[in-house]
Amino acid sequence: MTDVVETETRVSPPRPDGLRGFASDWASDQRTFKNVSWGKAMMWIFLLSDTFVFGCFLLAYMSARMSTTVPWPNPSEVFALNIGGTEVPLILIAIMTFVLISSSGTMAMAVNFGYRRDRRKTALLMLLTALFGATFVGMQAFEWTKLISEGVRPWGNPWGAPQFGSTFFMITGFHGTHVTIGVIFLIIIARKVWRGDFDTEKRGFFTSRKGHYEIVEITGLYWHFVDLVWVFIFAFFYLW
Amino acid sequence: MVNIPSSINDPIPAAEVEDVELYHPHSWWTTYVFSQDAKVIAIQYSLTAISIGLVALVLSWLMRLQLAFPGVFTFIDADRYYQFITMHGMIMVIYLLTALFLGGFGNYLIPLMLGARDMVFPYANMLSYWIYLLAVLVLVAGFFVPGGPTGAGWTLYPPQAVLSGTPGGQDWGIILMLSSLILFIIGFTMGGLNYVVTVLQGRARGMTLMRMPLTIWGIFTATVMALLAFPALFVASVMMLFDRVLGTSFFMPAIVEMGTQLQHGGGSPILFQHLFWFFGHPEVYIVALPAFGIVSDLISVHARKNIFGYRMMVWAIVIIGALSFVVWAHHMYVSGMNPNFGFFFATTTLIIAVPTAIKVYNWVLTLWRGDIHLTIPMLFALGFIVTFVNGGLTGLFLGNVVVDVPLSDTMFVVAHFHMVMGVAPIMVIFGAIYHWYPKITGRMLNETMGRIHFWVTFLGAYLIFFPMHYLGLLGAPRRYYELGESVVNPPSAHDLNIFITMMALTVGAAQVLFLFNAAWSLRHGKDAGGNPWRATTLEWQTPTTPPPHGNFGKELPVVYRWAYDYSVPGAPEDFIPQNEPDPENRSREHAS
Ligand code: HEM
Ligand SMILES: [Cu+2]
Repeated sequence: MTDVVETETRVSPPRPDGLRGFASDWASDQRTFKNVSWGKAMMWIFLLSDTFVFGCFLLAYMSARMSTTVPWPNPSEVFALNIGGTEVPLILIAIMTFVLISSSGTMAMAVNFGYRRDRRKTALLMLLTALFGATFVGMQAFEWTKLISEGVRPWGNPWGAPQFGSTFFMITGFHGTHVTIGVIFLIIIARKVWRGDFDTEKRGFFTSRKGHYEIVEITGLYWHFVDLVWVFIFAFFYLW
Repeated sequence: MVNIPSSINDPIPAAEVEDVELYHPHSWWTTYVFSQDAKVIAIQYSLTAISIGLVALVLSWLMRLQLAFPGVFTFIDADRYYQFITMHGMIMVIYLLTALFLGGFGNYLIPLMLGARDMVFPYANMLSYWIYLLAVLVLVAGFFVPGGPTGAGWTLYPPQAVLSGTPGGQDWGIILMLSSLILFIIGFTMGGLNYVVTVLQGRARGMTLMRMPLTIWGIFTATVMALLAFPALFVASVMMLFDRVLGTSFFMPAIVEMGTQLQHGGGSPILFQHLFWFFGHPEVYIVALPAFGIVSDLISVHARKNIFGYRMMVWAIVIIGALSFVVWAHHMYVSGMNPNFGFFFATTTLIIAVPTAIKVYNWVLTLWRGDIHLTIPMLFALGFIVTFVNGGLTGLFLGNVVVDVPLSDTMFVVAHFHMVMGVAPIMVIFGAIYHWYPKITGRMLNETMGRIHFWVTFLGAYLIFFPMHYLGLLGAPRRYYELGESVVNPPSAHDLNIFITMMALTVGAAQVLFLFNAAWSLRHGKDAGGNPWRATTLEWQTPTTPPPHGNFGKELPVVYRWAYDYSVPGAPEDFIPQNEPDPENRSREHAS
């Protein structure tokens, strides 16, 4: 190998200002995004890819709904709950949405406490987030059960276009799977935080790499994304 | 653009990331089988891809035998023919080319060429391979289940793909195919995220984006595209799987089959085509961009000249990548979509020709007055340019709606895409194998066998596919099991079919020679030394060959110049490695 000149000068070369500076920062050596760790970069790019998955699902749903020649079931009737004798439209979905949005709040707090190395609070908040997530999935299971008992099937339903049931089960199912995976990860990482794995730099079981509190934030990115996707599903499925 | 430190007095930027902790294997299993080393994973990917590619090659012989001698091979009935076509197309495009370029060359070259110790997340990288292997096994399982593999054509268009008239439609075939695709996409995503993050965030000191070899630019852009295009295929596969096993009607319109009305209704087959081609067209460039990148480097090394217009080459790759997301419906001119779309998609399609042509000019200008060494990699690179230009020109024909409509689904299309995305990338793959085999194994491939391999493959492939243009213009349809004696298949054309089949078998035999060469040279090849081609890029500057675990010994290389300092005036040698300091600012980088 060549003999290396001046390795540790700790001085970065001057960079131009403005747009050129922006470009040269991006194109500079070693790292394109200077303050972004590998894990975070990977999660961001994964989420971008996942956005395309959900985007395709939703576009497929929209095209089915717009081109259908038979009536599309009315969401405010289908998704109503009978409470004390009155039909309350969309009540369950409103609660589900509220729960999921709240879980984003607790997640954000967990990230904050994680960076302060407050193990107890971080772990508890993550578990609370997971609990909210599990509640959401539970309510979704309830909603599925209700619809199924009313005769909605992937291949048909009593009220109109068969694509109603198929897109509904497929998209909420895919989203629910995301939430479930998130819950599992939250529990695993909460356990690691609780045990203090990130303070003792314990190595991961599979990867044999040292863990860092940053993983809390990375899990948080995923969690917020799943939340955001729900907002779109909510808007396109229930409010349209 | 970037103020790059190039004088010895300038500070080299400090290390921004600490050296990674590598996983050090302790047993034979973790060293060679469940390895987390990108180089081993690359070889696993490549060997698996080539093995399954050989299956696709054998299938192409069987199809050709049927076309040349209809009725002679009684075991090839119409159903079998469709199954062969489908598996051949799908394997070639996805399980061979995509896996080999990205999983194989990507894994091997990205860390080495960028001066990194490994991919950023080696464990996910390892999983990527094992899921890919699982996908291949599920695919192959199709041959052994009742009803055999699917015969829906590689495009898997519904509704026919899931009906009983299509082989595998109401059996296991289509289910296994769709499952295998879903697995492939999951596995690929794990690897693809690694490649992208390694390129963005894991380069050596001094390795700016504009110093990356074009190989890396090609693989990087293709991976980004794959991460955005595969989701559409994923969604389409999931939905079709539901149509098949749950009885949903995403893609299934109301349909009567053999006199019975099926339970489906209201689905849109065109929706599938949109999803499929939103993936399918970028897929062409997912295969082509790594080939573009690699061929640029092969030409530069073996013509001892810096690549012409490096910046332009980079931008062309990026622009082609971006544009290829807005052309997909040129595969659907005859699908019955709104005709106004045709105008839009024809325009975007033809615009892509501009950056593509720039690349071809730049390759030719790199060769111009170069010190061309007709080594085997160079021969294959030249073969690529010829076949690619050929396929690109017919692409311009087919991009126009009025020309495409009569030619659609004829042998002309088969000739076009085999030239542009079959033969051309395969040429690059061979060139790349001859080029990097010495680094991977420490030995050179045998020269004589290599030359025979090149000439038979190149000329043979031309003789296979060039006449198909003519057959297509006669009107010979694609995906036909048997033409009989008809207007589109006069006796003279039939003789041509026999000739094409002979050539296909000859080309096949040449591949056997290649495999023999690869195995034989492993022990008997000439010792390669560290840098047999006298190349500048970092993979040739490793302390040992093959490179050690961790790639670069104790200290990672520091990069002082671009990858193309060949024949620099005044330099003692006709190449200067990228990690050679440049005290007098002589690097040609500044002139480009
Ligand atoms: C010696 C090499 C090859 C030969 C002899 C060959 C031959 C054939 C033949 C005879 C067909 C069917 C044509 C028809 O009846 O419609 C076909 C289809 C196809 N081939 Fe190849 N091929 C070769 C290599 C490749 C490669 C390298 C690729 C990679 C892209 C490829 C991709 C395809 C595709 C995508 C189809 C279309 C399948 C379909 O219609 O569903 N082939 N090939
Ligand atoms: Cu295309």
